[in-house]
Amino acid sequence: MDNRSVTCTVNGRKRTFMIDVRSSLSDMLRGEAGLDSIKHGCDVGECGACTVLIDGKPFNSCIYLAIWAEGKTILTLEGLSTTQGAISDIQQAFIDEGAVQCGICTPGFIMASIPILESDVPATRDEIKRQIAGNLCRCTGYEHIVTAIEKTQKKRIAERARQV
Amino acid sequence: MYNFKTLYEATSVAEALTLKADHPEALFLAGGSDILIKIREGRLAGVDLINIYMLDELRGICLEENGSILIRPLTSFTDVAMHPVIKKHLPVLGEAVNTIGGPQVRNIGTIGGNICNGVPSADSAITLKAYDATLEIVSTEGTRVLPYADFNLGFGKVDLGPTELLAGIRIPKASWEGSFGHYIKYSMRKAMDIATLGCSANVKLSGDKRSIKQLRIAFGVAAPVPIRSPKAEELAKDKTITQDLIDRIGEAVLGDVSPRSSWRAGREFRLQLIEELAKRATVEAIGKAGGTING
Ligand SMILES: Cc1cc2nc3c(=O)[nH]c(=O)nc-3n(C[C@@H](O)[C@@H](O)[C@H](O)COP(=O)(O)OP(=O)(O)OC[C@H]3O[C@@H](n4cnc5c(N)ncnc54)[C@H](O)[C@@H]3O)c2cc1C
Ligand code: FES
Ligand code: FES
Repeated sequence: MDNRSVTCTVNGRKRTFMIDVRSSLSDMLRGEAGLDSIKHGCDVGECGACTVLIDGKPFNSCIYLAIWAEGKTILTLEGLSTTQGAISDIQQAFIDEGAVQCGICTPGFIMASIPILESDVPATRDEIKRQIAGNLCRCTGYEHIVTAIEKTQKKRIAERARQV
Repeated sequence: MYNFKTLYEATSVAEALTLKADHPEALFLAGGSDILIKIREGRLAGVDLINIYMLDELRGICLEENGSILIRPLTSFTDVAMHPVIKKHLPVLGEAVNTIGGPQVRNIGTIGGNICNGVPSADSAITLKAYDATLEIVSTEGTRVLPYADFNLGFGKVDLGPTELLAGIRIPKASWEGSFGHYIKYSMRKAMDIATLGCSANVKLSGDKRSIKQLRIAFGVAAPVPIRSPKAEELAKDKTITQDLIDRIGEAVLGDVSPRSSWRAGREFRLQLIEELAKRATVEAIGKAGGTING
């Protein structure tokens, strides 16, 4: 088959992959790069379990051709931890709020929530729900997920205010 | 891994057109949110694709010198909704594309792909119909301009020859200026669901805002293709805004539609939705234009 090299920045590191042109970005990142936070859920854009940030915006990596990633900056859940073994505030909030049950949807929800966490405008619960509307969870009933995102955003806004 | 055969890669529009002329059976791949799904489901397995997603010359929105709004086909739904020209002059289009899928789908799906796919539920299509958009279609043979009104030939079928590419969508100044629009998508779920019925209405009011100078009203899933209602538009012309007029608009649209039953909804329910949404969308559009119902 037709192979191609793709160079992109993944979780802060510039990397080159040799891939089959028919690969999806989820095939490349999970299969080649071993980033197991990316789940093959539906593989057709319906569930959000494969969500990654591309140049800061959430995309379903299952319906994104790997070759389109050339030159892009990609962030996956693995890239959220700052030091080896430590988890980020939003991951901890999901645990504290009971927003994780089976966990298969969790990385996708967390990645979809990043634009809210990075915004200085406090999001209402309805706005949070709109931002995670492309993600499905079959276990938790969503409310705890919304709370985890809401609390983490509030905390971050307060921290940023202290810093200035 | 996607089950397609050959992926031809275009690095410019000119190259895309040459590739298409050489391989007319291959499909253009834009954001892939229709095609890649069909490949996964097996309906398009084994196709040849021409990748145009990287062509930035086909992306973006601008206000042209003559006042037309030009939307390039690869503009994502997110970028349509966020664009200052759309927010200022055609906010209803932003509102319409914001009802599509979820944030991830709105980041990858393109407005050009939405209308080229040719299905009656396409949320951008209904508003573009209601604003008399024109399409710029190109091939190695040259350029032609087609009213969007003539583009849909049947369910999933559009007037694009085997060598043609949609290169631009235009809303003329006379069409957007002074018009105020409203879009209502009726669906079973608030997100990640396609329309059971869609209605986009826009009005121009008289100077005293007491009567309708022009009404344009379009529907999705009310027929095999997105359609307008000439009967309601004719009826509303130069009429004083009254509740009776609104009710008669709701009745008149029924003369132009031909909805079907599907697993999503029966024909009878769709007819009821068409009448009700026509009235609500018209009233909302009148409100946005600064008008009120005079009794
Ligand atoms: C989970 C999910 C939810 C969705 N929800 C909605 C919804 O609520 N409302 C809605 O309207 N749609 C919805 N869609 C479909 C919507 O995303 C698509 O219709 C999208 O707009 C198609 O654009 P694309 O760039 O992804 O197209 P592609 O899949 O790349 O192309 C679609 C078709 O158009 C052709 N094409 C594309 N661009 C051009 C061009 N410039 N010139 C000629 N031909 C071209 C292609 O060859 C193909 O036949 C959803 C899709 C998914 C996966
Ligand atoms: S696995 Fe990608 S959206 Fe479901
Ligand atoms: S925790 Fe199981 S799907 Fe969300």
